[in-house]
Amino acid sequence: MSAVLLSSHELTRRFGGLTAVSRVSLEFRLGEVHAVIGTNGAGKSTLINMLSGEIAASSGSIRLGSEDITAWSQPRRARAGIGRSYQRTTIFPEFSVHENCRLAAQAATPRAWALWEPAAGCKASNAAADAALEAAGLAADARRVAGSLSHGGKRQLEIAMCLATGPRVLLLDEPLAGMGAEETDRMLGLLDGLKRDHAILLVEHDMDAVFRIADRITVMVNGEVIASDVPEAIRSNHDVQVAYLGHGEGH
Amino acid sequence: MNAAANKHAWLVPLIGAVVLAVLPPLLSPYLTDLVVKIMVFSIFALSLELLVGTTGLVSLGHAAFFGLGAYTLVLASPADGGSMAWLAPLSVGAAALYALFVGALSLRTRGVYFIMVTLAFAQMAYFVFHDTKLAGGSDGLYLYVRPRLGPIDLEQKLHLYYVVLAALVFTYALLAVVLRSRFGAALAGIRVNEQRMRAAGFATYGYKLAAFVLAGALAGLAGFLVAAKDGVVNPELLSWHESGAVLLMIILGGLGHLRGAVIGAASFVLLKELLSTESLVGPLASHWQLTLGITIIAFVALLPKGLIGLGERLGLGRKG
Amino acid sequence: MDLATFLVQCLNSVQYGLLLFLVASGLTLIFGIMGIINLAHGSFYMIGAYLAFSIAPFFGDRFLLMLLAGVLLTAAFGYLLEWAFYSYLYQREHLQQVLMTYALILVFEELRSLLVGNDVHGVKVPSWLEGSFALGDLMSYPWYRVFASVACIVVALGMYWVVNRTRLGMMIRAGASNRDMVRGLGIDIQRLYRIVFAAGVALAALAGMIAAPLSSVYPGMGGSVLIICFVVCVIGGIGSITGALIASLLVGFVDTFGKVFFAEFSGIGVYLLMAVILIWRPEGLLGKRA
Repeated sequence: MSAVLLSSHELTRRFGGLTAVSRVSLEFRLGEVHAVIGTNGAGKSTLINMLSGEIAASSGSIRLGSEDITAWSQPRRARAGIGRSYQRTTIFPEFSVHENCRLAAQAATPRAWALWEPAAGCKASNAAADAALEAAGLAADARRVAGSLSHGGKRQLEIAMCLATGPRVLLLDEPLAGMGAEETDRMLGLLDGLKRDHAILLVEHDMDAVFRIADRITVMVNGEVIASDVPEAIRSNHDVQVAYLGHGEGH
Repeated sequence: MNAAANKHAWLVPLIGAVVLAVLPPLLSPYLTDLVVKIMVFSIFALSLELLVGTTGLVSLGHAAFFGLGAYTLVLASPADGGSMAWLAPLSVGAAALYALFVGALSLRTRGVYFIMVTLAFAQMAYFVFHDTKLAGGSDGLYLYVRPRLGPIDLEQKLHLYYVVLAALVFTYALLAVVLRSRFGAALAGIRVNEQRMRAAGFATYGYKLAAFVLAGALAGLAGFLVAAKDGVVNPELLSWHESGAVLLMIILGGLGHLRGAVIGAASFVLLKELLSTESLVGPLASHWQLTLGITIIAFVALLPKGLIGLGERLGLGRKG
Repeated sequence: MDLATFLVQCLNSVQYGLLLFLVASGLTLIFGIMGIINLAHGSFYMIGAYLAFSIAPFFGDRFLLMLLAGVLLTAAFGYLLEWAFYSYLYQREHLQQVLMTYALILVFEELRSLLVGNDVHGVKVPSWLEGSFALGDLMSYPWYRVFASVACIVVALGMYWVVNRTRLGMMIRAGASNRDMVRGLGIDIQRLYRIVFAAGVALAALAGMIAAPLSSVYPGMGGSVLIICFVVCVIGGIGSITGALIASLLVGFVDTFGKVFFAEFSGIGVYLLMAVILIWRPEGLLGKRA
């Protein structure tokens, strides 16, 4: 079994009287795509937000390797190796594709006090950006203005920016959102290539894609994990069929 | 941060600086004074441009640092005039210190809250100078002798002119360097999408606070110069009307460009002069605020990108 | 400080806080429902006060009638203003809203200057509210201040009833939490906004009218009340009427007792209170956590 890079233990989040996420314990391993699926309102967004550090947990803990990071801020977790992509594209549309990645990569070598050094000349950031674009398949579009990319291209850039910071764990929030068949294939190919060196959490609605790419699937309903297993086991899991898959094939 | 830095981007400001340098012998004392006023407000506007245009932090209380810089000069000046060597840093430092306090607290909020809080803290400073006996109250204070530095004596109009010009060149150059640096790139990223910056690992609060303090310090510098120019200070320098005016300047010129701040400052000062000159607008002169108000509304509604946007549309100058 | 003085100061605090609440509730309602930051809100307060000064001679002692007339006039004015000006601001960025409403302040100030001049005026307390009643041996409390507080409480209760017990109020609450949804339900959002805006203007103007006999009518009154209202909204949490009430009363107490104990520097008391809230709960006492 490969190393567990990120794990949560009894992670819970309450909003007033509503428990959005209840005692979720999951592991994300190197070399694995671990998909989390569930209907709307199942708690997936809250879960990913807690793991990335955007919202605090009500109780439970999160560990990066052996370190307890539950109280860490999002920027701190990002610098420690947790990358996050968003459901709604959060690229910088007016900058070039390369600049988008370079800026993200800059977080690793901020040197904010070195005012006389131009940002565009930062060797480390440029190298990281080049590598990220290469890995995401966007090297050819490096000089294009980010806003002019196709929707699929923008989602690729979203991933590239995530990679530019050199993370070990990737938290991907619906990377396939709004993509057609061809773009989806490309993205899945990308994820397949990435999983070798990363632990990937994939929150997705596209069931076909999930079953194609995931090494492990966790199903959430009403904030709780009702099943967490390999895809074949999930497909034949009665509870899952009743609660989720049975209510019309998701897309 | 649009595309690669234009190689000749520094040419226009340089020409501008040279033109300003040779102007004094050609102008009447009234016009020279007007140009100094424009230069001082350009520094003030540039400082706010860093905050609003670059970082996306809309502050409605920037005049507090301007006024604080001005008052510090007057309050700290010895009776026979002091040396710029310590009075200038003191003024800038006082403004920066208050900016640190205000920034640290107001940056805990976002959007509308931030606007309101910055306004409130500026009002607090205004109140201290207006309602208490600390500094002459609503009547203000006089600066009896302007500061010196070696052979440079600000009592002499020509010396004042060149010191202000030097300060403007310094401010412009400093901000140009900042915008080109990693720090500036980070600020630009924060403006466009702070969430993405945090997700990448930037401690955005620290960056915003640094920008806020730097902007406050530069506003303090402008305040120091306005006090040296006018020889008198009053609480209205910290009023929200002043904060509104400087915000207007950078919108007028065009957000997101350093040139815009200078163009906006010049336009605003000239516009105000024109609108309050009776020989030009007759009876409307004493109600110039009305004309100004209507002008602003028309402006924001029709030209959201400011004068620079208008210039681009007409084909003058390049984008970015 | 003896008991009677203390009581007087408490009454003053409550009265000031309640008047503030009237203005602040309008501001927070407009922001909460329509998402507009309106710098000109203080101007409506000023307009109310100057309106009172202008029409008081025609109403003599019929003070309540004058208040009613003022409310109707300013509500109509607000309705028109929303249609002519504010409706264009909804989709704009905060910065543009700030500038446009700031420009509006300039316009209002100058129009007032042209129409009524820049002098400071007083408005007479109606004869049936003149005088004071005794509090203890040495102190007395003016009847008009009692009236002011009662009037504000009545309006506040009226607001509570409308917002919580009527269909209009339901639409307002729905609109505050989900603007797009309300539109999708086929409710005429335009009309709703116009009504809410008119109400906000009328509230501020009413506060100005009630305050006129107390604090006199002067040019800068719009600006000062606006900024205090902002402080109230920050402390109470924007969008929350209950928050505005609590914050207004807090500000009332801090300001009034501050004047008693700290004389000159009392004015910064409210800002320090705001600073404390910012350290402790940046979203305001009853604001939604971001």
